[in-house]
Amino acid sequence: MNSRRFVLTGGAALAASVSSSLLLPRWANAQGSKLRVGLMLPFTGTFAQPGIAVENGFRLALAQNGDKLGGREFELVKVDDESNPAKAIENATRLVQRDKVDVLIGSVHSGVQMGIHKVARETGVLNIIPNAGVHVATRAQCAPNVFRTSFTNAQPTLALGKVMVDRGHKKAVWITWNYAAGEEAFEGFEKGFTEAGGTIVKKFGLPFPNVEFQALLTEIASLKPDAVACFFAGGGAAKFLRDYAAAGLNKTIPLYGSGFLTEGVLDAAGDAAEGVLTTLHYSDSLDTPRNKQFRLEYAKTFKAQPDVYAVQGYDAGLLLIQGANAVKGDFSNKKSLYAAMENATIDSPRGKWTMSKSHNPVQDMYLRQVVNKDNKVIRIAQKAVADPGTGCRMG
Amino acid sequence: MDATNFFIQLLNGLQYGLLLFMLTAGLTLIFGIMGVINLAHGSFYMIGAYLAWSLSALFGNLFVAIVVGALLSVVFGWALEWILFRHFYHRDHIDQVLLTFGLIYIFEELRSLLWGDNVHAVQMPKVLDWSIQLTDNLAYPVYRLFMSCICLLLAVGLYLLISKTRLGMKIRAGAFNHDMTEALGINIRLIHGIVFALGVGLASVAGMIAAPISSVYPSMGSSVLIMCFVVVVIGGIGSVRGALVASLLVGLVDTFGKVLLPQVAGMLVYMVMAIVLLYKPEGLFKQ
Amino acid sequence: MSAHSQVPLERLPRAVRIALLLGGLALAMFPLVPMDGRDFYLQMLTQMMILAIFAMSLDLLQGVTGLVSLGHAAFFGLAGYSLAFLMPTDMPISLWWSLPLTALGAALAALIIGVFVVRTHGIYFIMVTMAFAQMIYFLFFDNKSLGGSDGVYVSFKPQASIAGWDGIDLNNKVTFFYFTLILLAATYLFLRRLLFSPFGRALAGIRTNEHRMRAIGYGTYGYKLTAFTLAGGLAGVAGYLWAAQTGYVNPDLMGFHMSAHAIMMVILGGMGNIAGAIVGAFAFEYTLHLFKDTTKHWQLLMGCFIVLMVVFAPKGIMGLLVRQEEASK
Repeated sequence: MNSRRFVLTGGAALAASVSSSLLLPRWANAQGSKLRVGLMLPFTGTFAQPGIAVENGFRLALAQNGDKLGGREFELVKVDDESNPAKAIENATRLVQRDKVDVLIGSVHSGVQMGIHKVARETGVLNIIPNAGVHVATRAQCAPNVFRTSFTNAQPTLALGKVMVDRGHKKAVWITWNYAAGEEAFEGFEKGFTEAGGTIVKKFGLPFPNVEFQALLTEIASLKPDAVACFFAGGGAAKFLRDYAAAGLNKTIPLYGSGFLTEGVLDAAGDAAEGVLTTLHYSDSLDTPRNKQFRLEYAKTFKAQPDVYAVQGYDAGLLLIQGANAVKGDFSNKKSLYAAMENATIDSPRGKWTMSKSHNPVQDMYLRQVVNKDNKVIRIAQKAVADPGTGCRMG
Repeated sequence: MDATNFFIQLLNGLQYGLLLFMLTAGLTLIFGIMGVINLAHGSFYMIGAYLAWSLSALFGNLFVAIVVGALLSVVFGWALEWILFRHFYHRDHIDQVLLTFGLIYIFEELRSLLWGDNVHAVQMPKVLDWSIQLTDNLAYPVYRLFMSCICLLLAVGLYLLISKTRLGMKIRAGAFNHDMTEALGINIRLIHGIVFALGVGLASVAGMIAAPISSVYPSMGSSVLIMCFVVVVIGGIGSVRGALVASLLVGLVDTFGKVLLPQVAGMLVYMVMAIVLLYKPEGLFKQ
Repeated sequence: MSAHSQVPLERLPRAVRIALLLGGLALAMFPLVPMDGRDFYLQMLTQMMILAIFAMSLDLLQGVTGLVSLGHAAFFGLAGYSLAFLMPTDMPISLWWSLPLTALGAALAALIIGVFVVRTHGIYFIMVTMAFAQMIYFLFFDNKSLGGSDGVYVSFKPQASIAGWDGIDLNNKVTFFYFTLILLAATYLFLRRLLFSPFGRALAGIRTNEHRMRAIGYGTYGYKLTAFTLAGGLAGVAGYLWAAQTGYVNPDLMGFHMSAHAIMMVILGGMGNIAGAIVGAFAFEYTLHLFKDTTKHWQLLMGCFIVLMVVFAPKGIMGLLVRQEEASK
């Protein structure tokens, strides 16, 4: 036989078998020793920052609990979901079927969440959502094994409407991207604003992720509303803030938004964001001992400042710990596990909150204003805001 | 829509179009002259923006940052051509598509490693950081006018370069008949290197100039990439004139589309492209 | 410029054919092997097979006819969405008519788009296909009535009963695996036959030199359009299976990345012989999984892998295997 051929094919076979072992389940340890916690988060791409923050927050909570869940040790299994919905089912299935996780923490992006949710409903694995605000997960498609520690897309904006009307802004324009998160944020705004007596003059939408706002800003100026309410996040939010100010609109038409408008982008937005009012279930500057303590610990551990995503991840950890303690680490005792989590009160940096019947946080929404590149909390915009949980057949 | 509004929207559309032109001029040149498809073009835009961020922080001055950044980008483009792209001119388009797709992955990761995944701001130079009042509540940022001017200057510069200089003549000759030009003793390899470096430099500078307005964030490259392709297709591959016309067209369609037809705004530009191709399958202008 | 400077491998050498047969047998016997987490591997392999069908459809278009499409995933996604919308929320529909209907729908979409797109050449064709796919992507992404950015669930797996006979239960992962394997084999055999039929020969001729084909009297537009339509329909079959298996469709299925992945699979395997597409699909998915499992910076590995592949192995795995074969003679 040709020796070169032999070497090549032999080498290929060796490489294949070695690498195959990498795809096989890596834990041969017997059942009952360590718990397996799956983290399905975006570690690359646009949502990498929130993904890492969620993980950090989660780990902090567990570290503060002695790195034990109900007395048992655990190990983390991570999967990068790349914020790619097309691979969501595959990634979630890998964690549940191959790595046999006892709980799946994930995810950030709503499209990915849809995939995880399907797997969670079909396999019954415990799933804690540390960010994705997609409505169906705690509404029509709610499930006993799915809990959320973040928000629904409608929650922050639900509290926004009354704030605006109370400040005398009764005729508003709404603007956002034409995608699910934007639509759902609008749902909350519409309800809150119209119930408080406001009128929505016009609703603008631009294709996601288009960030050419000039055309619509010009339209807004010609409509001369009392105020503008919006939902944007990330790089787009920074640009919107800057464009809004550059067009001089901030001098005559106050800007309001869901808190994500000013989360993580204040450095980038600079002076353009000054004075913008937003509602969210958290603020970095929340002046409570609990929050201060959390922020100190987080900064010490991770050499970075925490944000709302870190808090949500942290709370996911707190929730899991409460559940695990109630069943002393025996995750097969689902009834008690879920009951404990349903009745949990989470002592969160954002303030204490409880679970709604559809497994979504019932939490206070804070009114924040940007002062000196910081989201200063003015007051509580609305207490105990709960998502309606429409269509959920639990409880 | 009244007259004032229309005029302002027109201005908006043209400004966006001019920025697009800066981005796509390089792409269409590289396509037309070397026949190379470059999916990583959006990455150059992103790299430019991040460079602007780092360099303006380093030098404290955006103008200096742009000049230095432009030089760095041109060198980077030259190196890229020399090491990699040069070997792909005779390869099939599929291979080029694949190569540049692989490059996107690499650039993304490098960006993440070098600059992180956060959203950043680039400081606008104070001298340009004000707005002209257009109506009683709407102002137009002077920086955008500055951007449009730069892009126009660029358009003129490119036109002069290609049609009036010897280098331009060689470039055109090389595009028309590669082998013949080489046979006549012109260093076609050098030409290719120059054109590629120029293309990369243009995209990068577009990113640098746009950075103060758009902010700097991870997905900015992929968002512009598709739009660039549409512009090149509508304008005609290799035609700088076509790129200008198509850019302005796309800018206007995008602007007015968002306002007048928000339901189909996302698809509108592609529909325009489809209609153009029905009548002119090779785009609006020949090379 | 068309993709003809390489002469692709079409007739597979004996050793390669035997290797493929063995691979097929290994697949067929896989579910019988007892192992931990078998369900996951069954699903993973089923997904790879579905992607292999998708890749084969692209090979027909790209490897055989020489038309590089950056928008092939549009038909894959459209078929998936068709199943999602056809499927009622209270009970599953029949496999037997929904699959052909969906595939025909995808083929029809390909025909309509093809009419616009096939008249362009070279670089234009590539970019135009990408732009059309983007248009469809935005159509679904921007419209809540079509599911919007969050996508649509497929409520059930299609049921396969006919006239009293209960048929196969697609909810059973093993059954679904074999069903997909059969479709994979059928698609492969069909396309191989097609490759060497007069139609297939004409397509290969068009890839090699379209002007010459026109000069001898072939209506190349018609041939290309037919290839485009057929490829679209087969991509539809793959899309249907994907939606049936995962139970969830999302605009990203029609996106640029999905199309690019398909291209990578076809090139990695080796174009023009249909078998390469299968090999490429498996190899690509496997490599992707491997890299993602290994490091957080998997994108760098993936990018380098792709670049190295293009530089050193342009004819893909099949090309390497054949070179081996010839070297040992």
